[in-house]
Amino acid sequence: MKRFRFSSLMLVVGLLFIYLPMLILVIYSFNASKLVTVWGGWSIKWYVGLMDNSQLMGSVVRSLEIACYTAIAAVALGTLAAFVLTRITHFKGRTLFGGLVTAPLVMPEVITGLSLLLLFVAMAQMIGWPQERGIVTIWIAHTTFCAAYVAVVVSARLRELDLSIEEAAMDLGARPWKVFFLITIPMIAPSLAAGGMMSFALSLDDLVLASFVSGPGSTTLPMEVFSAVRLGVKPEINAVASLILLAVSIVTFLVWFFSRRAEENRKRAIQQAIEESAADSWKQPDVRRAQPEAV
Amino acid sequence: MNMRKFKRRLNRIIPGGRQLVIGVPFIWLFLFFMLPFFIVLKISFAEADVAIPPYTEIYSYAEQKLQLLLNLGNYAMLGDDELYIAAYLGSLKMALISTILCLAIGYPMAYAIASARKELQTVLVLLIMMPTWTAILIRVYAWMGILSNNGLLNGFLMSMGLIDEPLQILNTNLAVYIGVVYSYLPFMILPLYANLVKHDTSLLEAASDLGSSTFNSFWKITVPLSKNGIIAGCMLVFIPVVGEFVIPELLGGPETLMIGKVLWQEFFNNRDWPVASALAVVMLAILIVPIILFNRSQAKEMEGKE
Repeated sequence: MKRFRFSSLMLVVGLLFIYLPMLILVIYSFNASKLVTVWGGWSIKWYVGLMDNSQLMGSVVRSLEIACYTAIAAVALGTLAAFVLTRITHFKGRTLFGGLVTAPLVMPEVITGLSLLLLFVAMAQMIGWPQERGIVTIWIAHTTFCAAYVAVVVSARLRELDLSIEEAAMDLGARPWKVFFLITIPMIAPSLAAGGMMSFALSLDDLVLASFVSGPGSTTLPMEVFSAVRLGVKPEINAVASLILLAVSIVTFLVWFFSRRAEENRKRAIQQAIEESAADSWKQPDVRRAQPEAV
Repeated sequence: MNMRKFKRRLNRIIPGGRQLVIGVPFIWLFLFFMLPFFIVLKISFAEADVAIPPYTEIYSYAEQKLQLLLNLGNYAMLGDDELYIAAYLGSLKMALISTILCLAIGYPMAYAIASARKELQTVLVLLIMMPTWTAILIRVYAWMGILSNNGLLNGFLMSMGLIDEPLQILNTNLAVYIGVVYSYLPFMILPLYANLVKHDTSLLEAASDLGSSTFNSFWKITVPLSKNGIIAGCMLVFIPVVGEFVIPELLGGPETLMIGKVLWQEFFNNRDWPVASALAVVMLAILIVPIILFNRSQAKEMEGKE
């Protein structure tokens, strides 16, 4: 099993490679020294200093606002797209549709950003909207590319689902919309939550799309960070970056925790149902035999 | 069959419901993803102008004459100017080498995760997934502090006595390679893992029962079976890296010529929208084959076909 050991070693080294730089960044955000490469003892002064930076705080609020709207819209749009892709197998333009759903995953951001900006400019000329670019245009850009991620996550879940439950509900006369909202949605809820959190994080992180489609006065947090980072490493930026890392870690952990718990509940429910039905079928002959005696 | 039954009911009970379900995402994606490309194509034929917006209209209607004026100058310029050609080649080289590096590092990692215990797997996948949700900007920024001349890596190497003076790593292509592999490694591992974890181990057992060496069965069974995962992973790295802007901008130096950076500069610094559009059109033309490959492998994945 030499290969197995080699791949495990690679995994450990790879994880170190992924996490060490982030760990160093967080440690150095507590560096008291103004010189970023010299260790001057522990301090939280850079975090305290952030609070006074009203421009930065404004961009944080704006980014969070956009991320919330994006998460909601991307989940709605992505779920619809995933539903179409997994449940409706034949319709005109399905190949095109599939391509449109998955292409945003790989499309270079500079292309998407540029093309959306040109669309908004053309629309402003033709129909007078959007008069100025800002939160709404960034939201549209983020929703379009986050919906692709949601569609991938949700379609994976939809594929695993047992179709017979939905069919049973329809055989009992439930309308498709009712089936979708009362049966399909609760069953795929963990993946919707995961998709929403993911969209939130992706929207919060995006620099390139936002730079293209934002207007004056609507800079987002990554844009602020980028313009500061371009000039070199700064202790304040270390602190901002650490806070973003913390926020993303918490969101990721919550997704993992809730989806795991939902999965466990589901397994327990299935197990329980199996046991109960097994117990019932065991009892049934007794009931039938007992009935004539009672009569 | 089940699908058809489902569909028939959907059709019968609410006419128009089906169209609505398909139509909403379709129209959104058409309007905000596909249509914009045609506008980019249109503007790539325009001329830069000092106006708002800064380009000329390519058609005009006057005295009952519709004039279409296609300016091929932008494309001619791309072909003539060595800077642009070098930038395209630089991007492709960067993307190709990084993809190979990511595959070489990511495959063993994905393999190790897929062969770990079930409970451990979910934790490991989470550990790999988390960085993909974290801003590329921040992860790249972390490397700036490590790779700079008076940064941690040089300090470490000097204190070990391995080098006498700091190595110039930041603002070179080497730093860009490190940054790209670092940022895109998870995108290689996740689809590979998703594929490897589905493999039936009985095939490997059968092969080893029949006397196949471990490496032989890995090469002849595991690797061919993971073809879709390899394609998806490679495309998820290769395509975005060709257009990457943040990493070459922050870690690269003057020698780093990449098309994403050039496009950004044409657009934001020179305000030459038509040239930026032409750059985007050519980039898309280069990437269309990989994108179609990726979409195919995704479509197979989404429909649950093996």
